[in-house]
Amino acid sequence: MISIQLAIMIPFLAAIITPFFYKKLPRIHIGWFVLTVPIVLFISLIRFIPSIAEGKAYINTVQWIPSYGINFTTYVDGLSIIFGLLITGIGSLVILYSIYYLSAKESLHHFYIYLLLFMGAMLGVIFSDNLMVLYVFWELTSISSFLLIAFWYHRKKSRYGAQKALLITFGGGIAMLSSFLMIYIMTDTMSVREIISLIDTNHALFIPALLLLLIGAFTKSAQYPFHIWLPDAMEAPTPVSAYLHSATMVKAGIYLVARFTPVFGSHEVWFWLVSSIGLVTLFWGSFNAVRQIDLKALLAYSTISQLGLIMSLFGIGSIALQLGASENSIIYTQASFAALFHLVNHSTFKGALFMVVGIVDHEVGTRDIRRLGGLMAFMPVSFTIALIGSFSMAGLPPFNGFLSKEMFFEAVVNVSQSDIFSIHVFGLLFPIIAWIASVFTFIYCMIIVFKTFFGPYRPEKLEHEAHEAKVGMLIPPIILAALIIGIFIFPNMLGDYILRPGLASIFPSLSLEGSYEPISIWHGFNPALWMTIGVVVIGIVIFRIQSRRKSLYIPPGKWTFDQLYNSTLEQIELRGFKITSFYMTGSLRDYLVYIFLFLMVSVGGIFLFTDAFTFDMSSNAPITLYESLIVFTMMAAVIAIIFAKSRITAILLNGVLGYSIALLFVLFRAPDLALTQLVVETVTTALFLLCFYFLPEKEKEDTAQKTKSVNVIVSILVGIIFVSVALSVQGGKLFETISAYFENAYELAGAHNIVNAILGDFRAFDTMLEVIVLFIGGIGVYTLIKLKARKEAENIENQ
Amino acid sequence: METIIIILAGVLVTVATYLLLSKGVLRVILGTAILSHAAHLLLMSMGGLKTGGVPVIGEGDGTYTDALPQALILTSIVISFAVTAFLLVLAYRTHQENKMDLSKIARGLKNE
Repeated sequence: MISIQLAIMIPFLAAIITPFFYKKLPRIHIGWFVLTVPIVLFISLIRFIPSIAEGKAYINTVQWIPSYGINFTTYVDGLSIIFGLLITGIGSLVILYSIYYLSAKESLHHFYIYLLLFMGAMLGVIFSDNLMVLYVFWELTSISSFLLIAFWYHRKKSRYGAQKALLITFGGGIAMLSSFLMIYIMTDTMSVREIISLIDTNHALFIPALLLLLIGAFTKSAQYPFHIWLPDAMEAPTPVSAYLHSATMVKAGIYLVARFTPVFGSHEVWFWLVSSIGLVTLFWGSFNAVRQIDLKALLAYSTISQLGLIMSLFGIGSIALQLGASENSIIYTQASFAALFHLVNHSTFKGALFMVVGIVDHEVGTRDIRRLGGLMAFMPVSFTIALIGSFSMAGLPPFNGFLSKEMFFEAVVNVSQSDIFSIHVFGLLFPIIAWIASVFTFIYCMIIVFKTFFGPYRPEKLEHEAHEAKVGMLIPPIILAALIIGIFIFPNMLGDYILRPGLASIFPSLSLEGSYEPISIWHGFNPALWMTIGVVVIGIVIFRIQSRRKSLYIPPGKWTFDQLYNSTLEQIELRGFKITSFYMTGSLRDYLVYIFLFLMVSVGGIFLFTDAFTFDMSSNAPITLYESLIVFTMMAAVIAIIFAKSRITAILLNGVLGYSIALLFVLFRAPDLALTQLVVETVTTALFLLCFYFLPEKEKEDTAQKTKSVNVIVSILVGIIFVSVALSVQGGKLFETISAYFENAYELAGAHNIVNAILGDFRAFDTMLEVIVLFIGGIGVYTLIKLKARKEAENIENQ
Repeated sequence: METIIIILAGVLVTVATYLLLSKGVLRVILGTAILSHAAHLLLMSMGGLKTGGVPVIGEGDGTYTDALPQALILTSIVISFAVTAFLLVLAYRTHQENKMDLSKIARGLKNE
């Protein structure tokens, strides 16, 4: 047997090779090469069945990031093998179908690369035992599904549908990731198998992890109210809809719920959420399906509805964990068994139905049920398949849907009589909602068959003359239809060998010996059968009444979840733009205000918070007359700059400041500084005066009074913080200065002038870089001026 | 003495901040120049003022004022000079090419 890691990687490797085949062998339809991948995988997975039916499980680990406990561990048990067989089996049929469905003009290599990516990711999701690896593959399915929905990317609706699916499933994926992290915090392991025994139901993170995990599962499996992406995903090519949006990807959420039932299932919240959301989805999906006019949209809503059915059955089954290994738990494990059974059944009939709708679309050019009719005589094979698929979905004998629908009714009737979790309060709602939803299901199944294939044939409304499809296109749905009937006749073959080991991995703590009833085609006149008879009778009556109306379509009202989604996106975009344009004004002054405010809050706030203001003036040097005169002059000069009317006054006052500082340097025994300051100030003032001539004549300060007062407050606060911080720092010296070392300048560097020795010897590196700064400044100035000269020269040449 | 110099530096910072927040490009450049004056005064007073003689060996009584801040200030003066000179030429060229002051440039960017 091949290692499962290899099986997961084969589609990815095939995806890499596919374009080479496409380019090198353009005459052969590339799908034929791709087809070998799922067939090989399907056969190799089948070989696991006998040993798994005996209760074995296969674990295999390939190290990935062992230091974080993230390893590519695969776990093959009853549950994952069911999904693995569905993915590879339906995958083979869908690829065979797509070979005939897609014309060679399409960019086939893209299509098959995305499809192979999806297949590999899906296999990764179901076989991974490690939470993080599971998440990685989970997101890969979202990405490849996004690419497939937007396969015809020139269509606006395709792009809209792909974006919607991506946003919703990624949102759920993030929720699931946070749930996984919480689980890791609780149990300190990434392995799903180990989590089951290590989970602590009383941990504070247990409920949040449960809720976030369910959000992930519900978004992926299109449960209410996250179902809105699925109908829009119908813009994808039909093989994609058949594969992703009926048989595999939407069941990833179901898989997650089934896989984590032993972890979370014993809690009341899990039962209520999973079963009630499932029932609401079941009802809402079937109700909306009846209103559709597009066959694919109808099938999308029916998928939503059927997924809700499976979900609610898993919810009901989780009660068994609460009861433990007792006689009573049989009826609830039977619900989970029904869920697995319906999961397989749904994949068969929904795949067949999607393929038939694709054939109809392909052959007559429309999927609008108002334009279709009377195709039975032209397309007898498609009609037969549609009949089998629809009647199976409606739950009629002799098709497999009948068996799972009976088991579903039995489960809801049983749960309504349960006495734990205070079910008895709402218990009666379970069978009632299930029954009403089944009536709707029956009606839309009739619509598929009777509106498409019966009634008058109207060739003027169709794009092509109706005729039967190519044989290759019919083979996959024929196989599925044969399975539908085959499962009805031999349900226990599937049940014993494949589904029962799956049930064992959902309830690992219960020994299932004896807690399992074989599926019986005829089970006597019990409530479930009477409910089915009721569904058929009422369904036929309503369908007869409804079909008198020309169109069954009821336009959606104003308050739909689609509207909510659209307006939420719009509002986020609008608010985001508003917030950004509120503070990103483009004005230098505003940004400086933000910076200064931040300075005040961070520096001033920290000083206040840590009570760091200490003023110590004991070490101050004495004040003399000269110095106080200079300080006074500077204060006067600097304040005068603010009120200076003309620019020249301001520039000259700045010069006064510079020269006064030079004088201060003289008094503070810094001759080199004084010299430099004098020279630099002279040149700077000269530069100011030079630019003065070219700069705007009058600097109008027509600033509003409010802005002006904000400026004043900000600058005064900055000054206060500066002074208080500087005084605190100045007062509290932590250690002696290192300047004593530099006083050995003569011995160490042969210099009398200590400052020059520091600049040229001790710390000459600074000086070198400072020279470079000056050099760059000079080049910058030169370039700025020269650039203009060249531009003018070009202008002259152009003239 | 240090306290007085720090307060003076504080006044310089206040005025420089106010000038930086104004619209005229010349006032903004003046603001940066005054801000660097304040920084130099701060550096000077942090080392302690007049604790000894001129830091030239052989002068005075053998005690010297701290020479390290002086070296730092000298470096700083040159750098701020280079930056101020560049800013001035930049302002001159911007005005020549676009006939705009800072506030108009900002508004122009926003409206485009």
